[in-house]
Amino acid sequence: MSTLKRGSIAVVGAAESDLGQVAPHTNPMDLIAQATLAALDDCGLKLQDIDGVFSAMSQARVAPMAVAEYLGIKPDYFDGTIIGGSSFMTHIAHAQAALEAGLCKVALICYGSTQRSVSRAAAARPEYNYYETPYRPFNPPTAYAMAASRHMYQYGTTREQLAEVAVSARKWALMNPKAWEKEPLTIEQVLNARMVSYPFTVRDCCLVTDGGGAIILTLADKAQTLTKKPVYVLGTGEALSHANISSMKDLTVTAAAESGPKAFKMAGMKPSDMNMLSLYDAFTITPILFLEDLGYCPKGEGGRFVQGGTIAPGGKLAVNTSGGGLSYCHPGMYGLLVLIEAIRQVRGECGQWQVKNCDVALAHGNGGVLSSQCTVILGSAATL
Amino acid sequence: MVPDLTKQSPLGRYLEHCKKGELAYQVCTDDNKAFFYPRVAAPGSGSTNIEWRVSKGLGTVYATTATHYKGEAPLNIALIDLDEGFRMMSRVEGIAAMDVKIGMRVKVKILPGDDKQLPYPVFTPLEGK
Repeated sequence: MSTLKRGSIAVVGAAESDLGQVAPHTNPMDLIAQATLAALDDCGLKLQDIDGVFSAMSQARVAPMAVAEYLGIKPDYFDGTIIGGSSFMTHIAHAQAALEAGLCKVALICYGSTQRSVSRAAAARPEYNYYETPYRPFNPPTAYAMAASRHMYQYGTTREQLAEVAVSARKWALMNPKAWEKEPLTIEQVLNARMVSYPFTVRDCCLVTDGGGAIILTLADKAQTLTKKPVYVLGTGEALSHANISSMKDLTVTAAAESGPKAFKMAGMKPSDMNMLSLYDAFTITPILFLEDLGYCPKGEGGRFVQGGTIAPGGKLAVNTSGGGLSYCHPGMYGLLVLIEAIRQVRGECGQWQVKNCDVALAHGNGGVLSSQCTVILGSAATL
Repeated sequence: MVPDLTKQSPLGRYLEHCKKGELAYQVCTDDNKAFFYPRVAAPGSGSTNIEWRVSKGLGTVYATTATHYKGEAPLNIALIDLDEGFRMMSRVEGIAAMDVKIGMRVKVKILPGDDKQLPYPVFTPLEGK
């Protein structure tokens, strides 16, 4: 049972690095430094103020060391917890514990990747596992495709319903000038694209881009003295269920069913209180699973729920308003950018794609092959 | 009891069975639950009251996909629920990848391996089903 206090800390600075395809020979640390300096500008703090470093990445095995060295800082507190794409949601919970305990005062959470430039094989080499490697899974798509196969078998979910997730994301992306994808997308185009691992075509799979980001957090009282309106951490929940897909108990139920209730309980809120959702969309099946597991529709109904533009612009639930990992950007471990979109929505900074009166946002991270699930609920001062 | 790893590892023992054409798995004798992959202790309890058993090799496809590699026929990759109560990743051979269906009954076949690949189990559709 968590003893973290609702609203005790806030995000004060947030920024993306360059996204998409970066300049030749850029390394992930260049992107981290760029994003960190932008996030510092965003809140008016200085590099020397950072005394807590939280980072995880695939291109540096010991991320906090690499970050501290490049930036030339000597943090009092550091945490390199790496659980895949949801690492940064976990870092928020861990930063809250550290800030509340006085182990640091200004926490930096950062990430960078050049996986598009150097190739996925070079950026994140698969680990050998005797019990899976001989079957040549092309992961992550193979594992998520098996989860989709099971959802289709048990609940009658269709490829068209999966495609609707990609089409909805694309509609949001077309409003976001930073989004990688610039052209409209139809359900037929998703279905007829190159097959990757049935039922997924390449349009059911997240992008492979470069990119990174940084966010800065402080205790709530300090946050109120800085440049931007603080975005308070109202709730967090973390859960691990397995590492390899062959050890996932039920491929249709993720540990979001545990992390979500933990976060809602801490926030003292319910699913319907959220004004927007930022759900890690590694593949079209993942938002469907998370909508079910986080309580937005009954188990098995996710496919039917997204049909007809429910999560597209103008739909009844704003989901992945940046365009998501499917259409905006996906630099490997995308969770930090899932958080940044939720932060900006609560701040009201999203311009054309701003969700009206957005005081509370839920950011949900997924890591590995549906292996780690972490939920963060963020709110404006009005929610305290 | 601390597991003894001086003479044999769980995978080492498993591979000995593979070489005899057998699919081996472990059961925790405290609760009679099967588990896979082989370990030095039962997951959850940490119990070392473990027994090795040989599976009858019959199972059911739990999840399946056909993964596309450039210049190759689609490759089946599946999760198989063995009748003894454990699950493993494998592939179903002898039919097209897309013809492998959830619920299909399958039977194990151990591939012998070579210099580069340790022996490993695959499955084929169960005849007459």
